[in-house]
Amino acid sequence: MSAALRDAVFTRSVRKMGAVAVFFCRMLAQCGPALARPRLIVYQIYNAGARSLVIIMLSGLFVGMVLALQGFDLLQRFGSEEALGTAAAIALLKELSPVITALLFAGRAGTSLTSEIGLMRATDQLTAMKMMAVDPLRYVAAPRFLGGVVAMPFLAAVFSIIGLFGAQLVGVKLMGVDRGAFWSQMQSNVGLKDVMEGVVKSVVFGLACSLIAVYEGYHAEPTAAGVGLATTRTVVASSVLILLLDYVLTACFI
Amino acid sequence: MTGPDKPVPAPAASAAEVLIDVRGVDYAIDGHVVFEGLDLNVRRGGITGIMGPSGTGKTTLLRLMTAQIAPDRGQVNVWGQDLATLSAAQVFAMRKRMGMLFQNGALLTDLDVFENVAFPLREHTDLPEPLLRTLVLTKLQAVGLRGAAQLAPAELSGGMARRVALARAIVMDPELLIYDEPFVGLDPISRGMIVRLIRQMNTALGITSVVVSHDVPELSMIAHDSYLLSGGRVVAAGTPQELRDSSLAVVRQFMEGSAEGPVPFHYPAPDYYQALLAVEDP
Repeated sequence: MSAALRDAVFTRSVRKMGAVAVFFCRMLAQCGPALARPRLIVYQIYNAGARSLVIIMLSGLFVGMVLALQGFDLLQRFGSEEALGTAAAIALLKELSPVITALLFAGRAGTSLTSEIGLMRATDQLTAMKMMAVDPLRYVAAPRFLGGVVAMPFLAAVFSIIGLFGAQLVGVKLMGVDRGAFWSQMQSNVGLKDVMEGVVKSVVFGLACSLIAVYEGYHAEPTAAGVGLATTRTVVASSVLILLLDYVLTACFI
Repeated sequence: MTGPDKPVPAPAASAAEVLIDVRGVDYAIDGHVVFEGLDLNVRRGGITGIMGPSGTGKTTLLRLMTAQIAPDRGQVNVWGQDLATLSAAQVFAMRKRMGMLFQNGALLTDLDVFENVAFPLREHTDLPEPLLRTLVLTKLQAVGLRGAAQLAPAELSGGMARRVALARAIVMDPELLIYDEPFVGLDPISRGMIVRLIRQMNTALGITSVVVSHDVPELSMIAHDSYLLSGGRVVAAGTPQELRDSSLAVVRQFMEGSAEGPVPFHYPAPDYYQALLAVEDP
């Protein structure tokens, strides 16, 4: 890569980050006024959260089941099958639940938010709001952002619970691990810090995914191709950012 | 009326009579000049028609008048205030006094017809629900769509959506109404009704109106002043009758809808014959 091209890419990246930061600050300033219309936020929690429940629950179940199979295979080599509950719980709570929930959220709710806002822009709805002296950041962006931020930790919690159920189903019912050992080991070895790590991660991922989805939709080129491109950018940027933030947060907690 | 050889001055009107004053405006998008030294004014209490071929910047002019964009040079004064000097809050305060009808209606797709019309009232007033309901139904009745109050925007035809958007534009009883191509795609009945509504709102309520349109017959019926834009400036100004009687080639071409004239119908292209013979590169 030539120096000029590298400089151009660097400048563009910094400019984009700056634009996202400015947008974030402007939207945060509108979050307070947006709370005056809680109905809009509740609807967005339903839209981003409740409508993602089925895919989250299904994914959680299968991830928990696979985790039990792999965990059992590994642990029985050391004669420690009873530790399966602990292994599954720690893997799910600290890592798999927040990360996979966020990736699924970006694919399901994030794309939906981006395309919805992008289409609103393409059909002049955002301009119409401005012409009616209503700030679209307050009416459109802030409620969707807050809805995503609130929904994500709950979705991650549901993922963990269903995942543990799946792990127990395979570990205890199928592989014959002792039920008492499965749950009691989990209870004694999993601490509040492990739970908090998952909660913090899911909140941070919720912020990142919702911000990217809303930003990309709000700045989508007002054409069919532009909205499609913005939706793709939402998934790509969210996925990379989730994995990057996951590393940073994990390093902070260790 | 003045000719196209030099910029046409806006019709004389005293400062108190002028609601929108566009003075010496230059505006370019990505190096493409849209306006160069544009001058025009909108008289208070009148209906001003803005006509011109496609791509002459009529919608851009509306965006300048509503402070959605700022000119590169020159001034746009609305209610005596230079838009460039207003803060975001002042622009919003000014917009509460105006209504705008978008070409595509721009209805909010997550709200039904009733809530779309009620939207500005809910956002800017604290009216009790029965009064708000009465106001919304009155406006919907005026555009003939009271029965469609519970429909979603996706269930409306293009013409119906435009009428709902009109009801929404007038629900706050604005002093200034801006119409962007209000007659496009409407059936003759809806078209006639929109013409009557624009006229009634002007005569009965004294609402100043700016109508951007290609539709010369409809605009001629209602406009008090008309401007014809072409090549980034006003090429003719006057009453609709004066424009109709004009002998200027550019005005005649537009009023008669002719492909031949100073305004080229064809986008600049290489020689047609050569292009047909060429094997590659159309």
